[in-house]
Amino acid sequence: MDKPRVKVPKKVKKGEPFEVKALVSHKMESGQRKDEASGEKIPRMIINQFECSLDGEVVFSAKLYPAISANPYLSFYVVAEKSGELSFSWTDDSGDTATASSKFVVQ
Amino acid sequence: MSRRSAFLRGVSLLLVMSGVYCTAGAEDWGEYAVDGRRSGYTYAAAETRAMQDDEFENSGFIWVEKGAELWDTALGSGGESCAGCHGDATESMRGVGARYPVLAPERGKLINVEQRINQCLSERMNVAPWDWESEPLLAMTTYVKHQSHGMPVSPVVDGDAEPFFDAGKEFYEKRRGQLDMACIHCHERNHGNMLRAQKLSQGMSNGFPTYRLKWQTLGSLHRRIIGCNRDVRSEPYPAGSDEYVNLELYLAWRARGLPVETPSVRN
Repeated sequence: MDKPRVKVPKKVKKGEPFEVKALVSHKMESGQRKDEASGEKIPRMIINQFECSLDGEVVFSAKLYPAISANPYLSFYVVAEKSGELSFSWTDDSGDTATASSKFVVQ
Repeated sequence: MSRRSAFLRGVSLLLVMSGVYCTAGAEDWGEYAVDGRRSGYTYAAAETRAMQDDEFENSGFIWVEKGAELWDTALGSGGESCAGCHGDATESMRGVGARYPVLAPERGKLINVEQRINQCLSERMNVAPWDWESEPLLAMTTYVKHQSHGMPVSPVVDGDAEPFFDAGKEFYEKRRGQLDMACIHCHERNHGNMLRAQKLSQGMSNGFPTYRLKWQTLGSLHRRIIGCNRDVRSEPYPAGSDEYVNLELYLAWRARGLPVETPSVRN
């Protein structure tokens, strides 16, 4: 998997939801296509799990299925009471994992 | 209420509705429309436009970032990189995407950005050129063209380039394939109408390479033209063929004045 991209505000307000964006480059092969030349089925290879943790505690997670597009983009809201670090992980069918993290300050 | 006044009221309601419709049709597209020439952006759904406008959400930027990395990578057999000769791409490559394809006197024909990149690889760096539609060629082309983002498309079509421009124009207007259709039948006479589930645009080339939602990836202009040629059931030319590069010049002239949008997002 390529390097993921995440967007977290540098400064957030205490107790107020802020938007987090996460995008990773992945072909998300659905498992339902055939190779045009050989006629062989192309095996499924998708990201099946996404997790976002705030200082070690999971605050958002998602299971992904074959209908999700290539290069999946997720955005969601997080509330924080104190400054911390969000860490992200994407896991695909081969067990390959991509990670990213981003710190923010609560004002 | 008499039948007649009910009828009149119905007519006036229709007039009001058509008035609203006309206003919507004459929407101000700003830089995306020049003298009636409209970018594919103006035919795209609002959601697709929003995706293009947000640098984070626009998946095409994955290729821009890959291209930026490649630019600084030693690719040549002697350790040469693009940056080694061309320095900072944001300066040296600015404007390239707006004026290509150009005449290459040493070849006696036109050359587009993909071919210029491959010429550098094979002639100056002594390595094998990249395959058409391969990841590195798409990334580098997108990165180079993105440096002209927002600049008006302005190809040179006169002088020595004229015969190639004329060949491109002829291709554009010539009927082909089992359906016996030319580019003009869809893109000049029927833009705005639906072709099955797709809205036809004017076929402007200013956003290529484009992240196409149907493809689930980024693709070149020539890939798009091959798709069009297949759709009218004709035998497509190979990507990078002289026929398509000549057509590319004519398409750039059709899109003159429109901003370079690379990487655009289209459905």
